[in-house]
Amino acid sequence: MGTTKKIYWKGLEHLKNDPAYIKNADKEFVNVGVEEDPGHSRRDFLKMMGFSVAAASLAACETPIRKAIPFVNKPLDADPGIPNYYASTYVDGGDYCSILVKTRDGRPIKIEGNTLSSISKGGTSAQVEASVLSLYDNYRLRGPKIADKSADWETLDKEVSSKLAEISSKGGQIRIVSNTILSPSTKVSIDKFKAKYTGTQHIQYDPISYYGMWKANEESFGAGFIPSYDFSKARVIVSFGADFLGTWLSPIEFTKQYATTRKIDEDQREMSRHYQFESNLSLTGANADYRTMVRPSQSGLVVSQLYNLLASKAGKSALSAGIEKVANLEKAAEDLWAAKGNSLVVSRTNNKAVQVVINAINDLLGNYGSTILPNKPVNFRQGNDEAMAAFVTDVAGGKVDGVIFYNCNPVYDHPMGAQLGGALKNISLTVSTGYTEDETGSSVSYKAPDHHYLESWNDFEPKKNSYSLSQPAITPIFKSRQAQESFMVWSGDDKVDYFTFVKENWKNWFYGKANSGMDFQSWWDKCLYDGVYELPSDEFRGLSIAGDLSAAATAIAASYKPDNSGLELSIYESYGVGNGTQANNPLLQELPDPITKIVWDHPVTVSQKDASALGFTNDGESNTQLGTLTVGGKTVTVPVLIQPGQTPGTIGISLGYGRSKVGKVAENLGVNAYPFQTLSNGSVSPSVQTGVSLVKTSEAFQLAQTQTHQTYMGRESVIQESVLSEFKKDPAAGRDYPKVTKWDEKVDASTLSLWKGHDYKNHHWGMSIDLNSCTGCGSCIVACNVENNVALVGKDEVIRRREMHWLRIDRYYSSDGQHGDYNALEKASENPEVVFQPMLCQHCNNAPCETVCPVAATTHSSEGLNQMTYNRCIGTRYCANNCPYKVRRFNWFKYHDNQQFYSANPAMNTDLGRMVLNPEVTVRSRGVMEKCSFCVQRIQAGKLTAKKERRTLKDGEVVTACQAACSSGAIVFGDMNDAGSAISKLLKIGIDEKRPYGIDKKIGNPRAYRVLEDIGVKPNIFYLTKIRNKDEVKEHA
Amino acid sequence: MQATSVLRETLVTGGKTVADVSHDISRQVEGKPTRLWWMAFGVAFVLLLWGAYCCWMLLWNGIGMWGLNKTVGWAWDITNFVWWVGIGHAGTLISAILLLFRQRWRMSINRAAEAMTIFAVICAASFPAFHMGRLWLGFYWALPLPNAFGSLWVNFNSPLLWDVFAISTYFSVSLIFWYMGLIPDFAVIRDRAVVMGNKTRASIYNALSFGWDGAAKTWSRYETVALILAGLSTPLVLSVHTIVSMDFATSIVPGWHTTIFPPYFVAGAIFSGFAMVLTLLLVTRKVFHLEEYITIYHVELMNIVIIITGSIVGVAYITEFFIAWYGQVPAEQYAFINRATGPYWWAYWSMMTCNVISPQLFWVKKIRTNLVATFVLSIIVNIGMWFERFVIIVTSLHRDYLPSSWTMFHPTMYDIGEYLFTFGIFFCAFLLFAKFFPVINMAEVKSIIKSTSEKKKAVH
Repeated sequence: MGTTKKIYWKGLEHLKNDPAYIKNADKEFVNVGVEEDPGHSRRDFLKMMGFSVAAASLAACETPIRKAIPFVNKPLDADPGIPNYYASTYVDGGDYCSILVKTRDGRPIKIEGNTLSSISKGGTSAQVEASVLSLYDNYRLRGPKIADKSADWETLDKEVSSKLAEISSKGGQIRIVSNTILSPSTKVSIDKFKAKYTGTQHIQYDPISYYGMWKANEESFGAGFIPSYDFSKARVIVSFGADFLGTWLSPIEFTKQYATTRKIDEDQREMSRHYQFESNLSLTGANADYRTMVRPSQSGLVVSQLYNLLASKAGKSALSAGIEKVANLEKAAEDLWAAKGNSLVVSRTNNKAVQVVINAINDLLGNYGSTILPNKPVNFRQGNDEAMAAFVTDVAGGKVDGVIFYNCNPVYDHPMGAQLGGALKNISLTVSTGYTEDETGSSVSYKAPDHHYLESWNDFEPKKNSYSLSQPAITPIFKSRQAQESFMVWSGDDKVDYFTFVKENWKNWFYGKANSGMDFQSWWDKCLYDGVYELPSDEFRGLSIAGDLSAAATAIAASYKPDNSGLELSIYESYGVGNGTQANNPLLQELPDPITKIVWDHPVTVSQKDASALGFTNDGESNTQLGTLTVGGKTVTVPVLIQPGQTPGTIGISLGYGRSKVGKVAENLGVNAYPFQTLSNGSVSPSVQTGVSLVKTSEAFQLAQTQTHQTYMGRESVIQESVLSEFKKDPAAGRDYPKVTKWDEKVDASTLSLWKGHDYKNHHWGMSIDLNSCTGCGSCIVACNVENNVALVGKDEVIRRREMHWLRIDRYYSSDGQHGDYNALEKASENPEVVFQPMLCQHCNNAPCETVCPVAATTHSSEGLNQMTYNRCIGTRYCANNCPYKVRRFNWFKYHDNQQFYSANPAMNTDLGRMVLNPEVTVRSRGVMEKCSFCVQRIQAGKLTAKKERRTLKDGEVVTACQAACSSGAIVFGDMNDAGSAISKLLKIGIDEKRPYGIDKKIGNPRAYRVLEDIGVKPNIFYLTKIRNKDEVKEHA
Repeated sequence: MQATSVLRETLVTGGKTVADVSHDISRQVEGKPTRLWWMAFGVAFVLLLWGAYCCWMLLWNGIGMWGLNKTVGWAWDITNFVWWVGIGHAGTLISAILLLFRQRWRMSINRAAEAMTIFAVICAASFPAFHMGRLWLGFYWALPLPNAFGSLWVNFNSPLLWDVFAISTYFSVSLIFWYMGLIPDFAVIRDRAVVMGNKTRASIYNALSFGWDGAAKTWSRYETVALILAGLSTPLVLSVHTIVSMDFATSIVPGWHTTIFPPYFVAGAIFSGFAMVLTLLLVTRKVFHLEEYITIYHVELMNIVIIITGSIVGVAYITEFFIAWYGQVPAEQYAFINRATGPYWWAYWSMMTCNVISPQLFWVKKIRTNLVATFVLSIIVNIGMWFERFVIIVTSLHRDYLPSSWTMFHPTMYDIGEYLFTFGIFFCAFLLFAKFFPVINMAEVKSIIKSTSEKKKAVH
């Protein structure tokens, strides 16, 4: 092959022999382009940098990625987006409620009542509703700890077991301390432990003690027990300080029963009459027909006097103790006597002697077997104050070698807690099974955290022959372990599964007796599905009352006096945080106290008379002063609230505050009132009659109150009320019919309108709220918060009057002022009548908010709902200004993902807390308005279900969260177009023939009224008048 | 028959010639800013910066920075809005209505009054903007723009939407009217700059004057447009505040829901506007030595307007009480009793003292022709008018229908900061205007200069 002359050129420059090419031809890397010109290079550097910086910052602006991990295999029964409900049981010490847990994608997000339970009957309380957030408490223990260092369970078990063995081998003393245990299987697991380690004693105590009552029954009837009560059969109720609608024994159950006696209409014109004799204005006292203020030092004598009054009617001899001139007492005696066998007398006192007299009164009235059921004893309070006191003394005396605290926090909530806390460090083995690191937990060396109840298996026996189960609604979030398993592991069982244990127990205990005709698994599944298993109660076989009444009278005469002059302290359980176990739950901290309307604070209450004497003043903005409260040598500093209805000479203080180890929400909020309680005659007494003083300090303090104006200023358009005697004559008693004057005549205000109204061809949603059965407890508020992701805002924002609650309960006191005398009307009476009015969006048919929104963000639905479109809202707040009910709430700040609200609103600011959010309801952004939607997500879900099943929606299928939570059944929600619906029947809705689907329904119930009827906004919420069972109307507003 | 016309009072004193007018007014524009001007501007600018910080904090954190609450959803924001809009009204009244009524005395003051209108409306508009929870969406969602949201439209029922139209129309018409009037005067400054050889100024003012040529035809068009715009502005004087008042009047809040509001608000607006014009002009005439253009006669006439409108406002206050009693609506009765005797009694009585009692002093000629007294009273009137809006808004809202929701309102630093922000805007803008624009309408004033002025006589 010859050589070719072919030349391969690299480019046109090469071919043309361009000088620029020749210059660089020998270089391997040719420098061409921008680099040649240094000027360009700088510019391009800047360009590139500019671009990169811009690109980088744009990338940085991107929404952070939140991980959502899909199921690889879809679990059976868990469909994304569809909630599952599990029957379970809420138990906190002896507080009991049978519940349904709503879970979405494996997360419990809401608690509802279980209607199958004969005890709670579908009712709930604020604490039950709020407990779902406690599951996601950031303060929970993440796993076991040894001497404050994280450990694993194996190490802990090994160390605890070896120490137990060591103590046992030396013959040492071991104590298991707990609150009341309702669970039979738990008791068996403890028994196993006791069998293994002889020298073990199990001590039960209750933070709120009922031991005196237990002992009184022991004395009267020979056996210690606490009976069931049936308020539904009581025509006359007399309560001496027993707050049975709020906190006493089994308030959910009692509220249900009580409400049935307060529901009246044209056909049912009788209702129970309720007398309350108490020191603090309690929720129950606020609902009473006649309320008398009594000092704790007089209370025993008042009970004794009632006995004397009744005894004289019964022809029996009077007791040596008594007191004259107690308002309403003789009237109460008359009424009780007239309602023999259908009356009920209860008392909060923990004084055995007084409870013995109460027993005698009820026996005299023949209430045993009708309103009091000793054949159905309750297990809610099994604590033994004497055993507990002895335990503390033993610990302090070094007589105890090992202590296990289960489901209790005595260092905080026992009067001798400080002594116990100090002595614990001298004990060789101290274990706590608390699921948070509470005051007791932080004084022990081994922390073996229990599951939260929503993660646990368990069984309960709240009453004799009534059983219920709890089942986990979520996989344990942390490395906690069920305490019962811990007991069994420490007892030496190597294969422990508490679930199997409970199941086996039930098989042995109940399955055989059940005769269900099912195999065990099916029977068990049914029990689990129902959540409750109930056997017929024993028959009442009569009761012979014994007990030395005259000795009781002597004891009463010795410990009470009619004319104590010093200050006295009356201690009560908080309506929000209860006994303090759930203090770290902001839902409860921001739940307004039903009476004082205070949130996030812990004041003492005093009467106006005492406040004036001591120099305290309150103004219309909750400004007050701090006072130094000294009780039995212990001194604390507390804000002072002037409380109408507070007995002069008494100071009220609630339990549940002053937690020192509880988490960010409630740490050091308020003072701990447990140490003020004293042991008298072996039981813990909730009042202190001597050695109490309150001195004003110069320091000012502002309380956070959600309602700062206390009276309704005589406005009949807001509150319409009357008394039973009037109601019997005319069921429309107390109604106010506003008129408008035309040029020629006066007409009903509602008949004049510029609007054409709407026609609701399908549903027309409405609500009825019975002011007579609403007790004001507030569980609806918490239920609404949880269901609708309502933001919690914390104390400072509440002081700025910016709480976000969609539903509030307005509490009005009566006033002695005359109509038109506005200054006098602003002041509440000394012992006022109280009315509670739940207030939420009224879903007006002529909604004033809808017309004023410039962007049509709030509009009317075709079913009568006033709906809020958050996305469209620009936040002018005009709608809120124009809302006559002031139920619209503005997002003043960003309440989610905002450090400022971290401790007040963990549900929107922590990864753990966010798990509680309801995915069906938007978390609102800042700058938008929000309000009650009538739980539109529930309406929508109900409609979709009906649609899928090709049928119409049935009444009762859609239940709002507030309605579901209401134990008294005061709230009824439904379709007013459906003649068969509960609301149509309750309101006696008649169809207007001319316009059957129009907004103007004929309301046949004479008690039903719309708030502010005169302004013609025509709400879809109706209130039923408040009727008090009194002889006479209070003259003034 | 012989008709003798009455000798008219001289509107411009000191025997000014046409050339004097050009010189006196233009020299403010041509000279260096005085030390006093710098000091005033400095203060205004600091206010602006401080206010801007407060606005930023509000935008960044939310409306919660203000002291508003669940019951009182508007307070200082809308108070300030109504206050500023009201102030603006005087400018329009002077330039439009008085033009139509051929009140020639208005010529010395209309320029500054119109400028005040423009700046006051800008200040006013900032409040509806900042008071929105979501400003970034609100400023265009409140406009009826075609959009991709389906059939989503604004709510034409809402008075707030009417406000949007009312304020934007008012602002655009006022701005055009004002600018139109400035054109021949810019041309004067341009011409003087050409003579003085200041090319930069000449070109700037040439551009500002749109190349005004001063031809008779141009003048004729100018006059026509001025008349048309005056005609357009006249209903605006009445309509803007009427619509603003409807924010309240169409609501159902006791104390807001009253049919008297439109005339009462318009009267109040003119009342406060004239007071503000007086406040500004009394300072301007002193600083810029314009005593011969803005005379005691002007001051007296404006004070008379203040007596009349102040009395109308006073009658309105009393009428509200009468109607509350006569109407027998309990909520409304309480609202008015609460105004006078409730927790905000001090605001009510401040309002009554400043608005009803203090202007009555102007019945005394000595007082209404006294500059110091006029200045003090003009400020008192504006304080009173601020309280009027505060009383209407806050005391009506804070105790409405349900006593459970009654609250008090406490302003925060940011409420105050936002208000100061608008003062910053207003005074910065007014000072810039006074320095760079002719503060008196030279073209018009020249038309009322007497050809036989005393000064001229002296020369001959």
